[in-house]
Amino acid sequence: MFDNPNVVLHCEKIDKIYPGTKALDGVSFDLLKGKVNVLIGENGAGKSTLMKMIAGIEQPSAGKMYMDGQEVFFKDTNAARAKGIGIIHQELSLFPNMTVYQNIFIGHEHKKGVFLDDKAHSEGAKKVLKRLEHEIPPDTMVGDLRVGQQQMVEIARNLIQDDLRVLIMDEPTSSLSAAEVKVLFKIMRELLAAGISIVYISHRLEEIMEIGDHVTILRDGKYVADADVKDIELSWIVERMVGKNTQYHRFERSIDLDKAEKILEIEHLSLPKKGGGWLLDDVNMYLKKGEVLGIYGLLGAGRSELFECLMGLHPEHSGTVKFQGKPMKIRSISEQIKNGFALVPEDRQSQGLIQTLDICKNTSIASLGKYVKGIFLNNKAEEAAVDAEIKDIHIKVADKKLPILSLSGGNQQKVVIGKGLLTNPTVLLLDEPSRGIDIGAKTEVFEIIHEFSERGLSIIVISSELKEIMAIADRIYVLSNGKCTGELTGDEINEDTLVRTSYAGLGTGAGA
Amino acid sequence: MKTKNNSNQLMMTILKGRTFIVLILLVVFFSIVKSNFLAPATLTMVAKHVALYGILALGMTFVIITGGIDLSVGSVVGLVGMLAGGMIQEGVTLGFAGVTLYFSVPVIVILMLIVGCLIGAINGLIITKLNVAPFITTLGTMYICRGFASLRSGGATFSDITGYEGLGNVGFKALGSNFASIPAGVYVFAVLAVVSVILLKKVPFGWYVLAVGGNEKSARLSGIKADKIKILVYMISGFCAAWAGMINTAQLSAAHPASGDSWEMNAIAATVLGGTSMAGGSGTILGTVVGAFVIGVINDGMTMCGVSEFWQQVIRGAVIILAVVIDQVQRNMQARMALQARNENK
Repeated sequence: MFDNPNVVLHCEKIDKIYPGTKALDGVSFDLLKGKVNVLIGENGAGKSTLMKMIAGIEQPSAGKMYMDGQEVFFKDTNAARAKGIGIIHQELSLFPNMTVYQNIFIGHEHKKGVFLDDKAHSEGAKKVLKRLEHEIPPDTMVGDLRVGQQQMVEIARNLIQDDLRVLIMDEPTSSLSAAEVKVLFKIMRELLAAGISIVYISHRLEEIMEIGDHVTILRDGKYVADADVKDIELSWIVERMVGKNTQYHRFERSIDLDKAEKILEIEHLSLPKKGGGWLLDDVNMYLKKGEVLGIYGLLGAGRSELFECLMGLHPEHSGTVKFQGKPMKIRSISEQIKNGFALVPEDRQSQGLIQTLDICKNTSIASLGKYVKGIFLNNKAEEAAVDAEIKDIHIKVADKKLPILSLSGGNQQKVVIGKGLLTNPTVLLLDEPSRGIDIGAKTEVFEIIHEFSERGLSIIVISSELKEIMAIADRIYVLSNGKCTGELTGDEINEDTLVRTSYAGLGTGAGA
Repeated sequence: MKTKNNSNQLMMTILKGRTFIVLILLVVFFSIVKSNFLAPATLTMVAKHVALYGILALGMTFVIITGGIDLSVGSVVGLVGMLAGGMIQEGVTLGFAGVTLYFSVPVIVILMLIVGCLIGAINGLIITKLNVAPFITTLGTMYICRGFASLRSGGATFSDITGYEGLGNVGFKALGSNFASIPAGVYVFAVLAVVSVILLKKVPFGWYVLAVGGNEKSARLSGIKADKIKILVYMISGFCAAWAGMINTAQLSAAHPASGDSWEMNAIAATVLGGTSMAGGSGTILGTVVGAFVIGVINDGMTMCGVSEFWQQVIRGAVIILAVVIDQVQRNMQARMALQARNENK
């Protein structure tokens, strides 16, 4: 069987099927002994899913895993842990209501007879935290710690296992400061020296070049390539990560944007982060009439926060926003809708739709005020407007009185966009409008965006999908760590520049 | 800056010990208004009530820490009383064998505790395996248990639970008597409270209860069997309710189907007054014990002072809301101080 002494764990043709999507498609993967095994891919490429299989959090739909030449099956996290596999989760999985030492030792308690030995816990916690160079008092509540400190507690939980053989780290550095990343890398090297194998998932490509040994690239749930880090360069990774297959045709513009007036000017926009730092850090941008402006950036770069500021969700922001040449006071969402702003939020299910209402009401809910006669709703006027909107953006609806969830994801998204358009906006903000919908629906959404921009609507689109944003945007701003790190137009818009600029704001201190 | 810190510290101490301070103020107030409030007879009566609410509240604390609620405990008090009373007075008739069995008191106590645990287990299984909200599940079992309590006797009271010397089932009333002038219920309450502290603080089970209430998903990822923990806390609650049911019956020397009606509210109130968060994840046994004293003292104190039952309800409601409001104030303040300390460390 698979009895390679250099491989701790071998995955053979793993499939994972979720209702509606295939998250992993025949992925084989060798976890190399005593190495930092890096997994790379865009959001949704299947990296975290693969790691969930290895850690026993979820089980493969098909395929096998082998350790030491034997087939293994992890029915839960305990089974994986028994084989020495630990995982540091992407989202922290701590207990904010419990102390540091309780968090570290839960599931691995020291006991004297049947009783907990809290002295041993306290001392053990001190020891492991000292090793991590974070001497947090062990009886502090975890909820009172900074996110970076919490991350260290999460790491400490895994280090107390004596029999640890594999440590999976799913974006462990996303909330760490530069100094903390250095400590983490030092610990990783110690672990390697102790013969522990590491799987490392990160979006920070520079980090990978510094700490990684072997890179495996996934795309759309499939294996793409693997190589030793010493043999490759950043651009090799980016190329394989993004792929060349899906292409959207670029829309031709009939409007001469050079001559168009500036409809929205954002100057020195800043938004403070809770607990220090900035979500948006001195952002300057403008939007022209009829323009499709793209905003590109990594998760947490401040893209959605920018929209939230414009819609009045963050009255604590600073800086000026000029609308049609005049400075605008942003006070509340309802006022911003009246001012001519409409937002299509990122999370369709929880922010975009009201699941208990029908298609018609979901479309008209943001503009019901327009269809009131006296104190009553004028149903005829409302329905006529909804019908016109459904026709205008080609929503495939059998009957507008059907429940909203009877529609496909793509048509649901069109309803959300229709809701925004029905308020008759001057500026339309689209946050990831193509998320979770199939390729046909994506193209239709892009056509709607193009058509309305041709009619003179100014649109800002957030997208993490390089291909998409390159196809629809006339101009792109890149946000990175709250800062605006680039403005690209025309030929400057290409994958390499976009990816590189999106990392520019991250001072990782890791040789970036 | 320094003095502000100190005043903050003082404020925190007062806020943290608030329930205890309220208890002392209440006792002082009632003993001034009603000179015989501190008389031994009164104190014994108050202690009996405190023990009953307190025992229910101990179980309730575990349930609420996991983020659940148990509305069935008041009905379990009624049902257990009726089952125990019936067993003593009428025995259990096995129709097919044509015999009537009479059990000795220790056997009855054990059987009743098993009944309590079973009802708790049913609650827990419905909540975890069938995914029904705890509020709905225990609302349902609340009605079911109350119904069975009345069905046991067709709505009648078992008025004499002395037992029969010849049948060897006397002695149940001991649970309602005084030992060294302290009611038996108080001893049971004390023992159960100590056991609860051990369960919550000294063994891994307590960590798991906190973990499930704090972040259930993380608890599962940490390999904790969250369903098992939840079922166990409802069983603890049922176990406590069975004790309260037996003690109540013994104290009254009679079993009535409506006994324990709405006591779940007293138990929840005592738990919340004691600082347990309804959102789950935090709470202490000591807090709950003090909370039970506050509820008992308010109830009996007001009755003694001649406050009408209607006004008592108004005041009880106001006290509960006030307790939660103060709890929020404390949490906000704690968060602010933690933030302050963090900034100073920078």
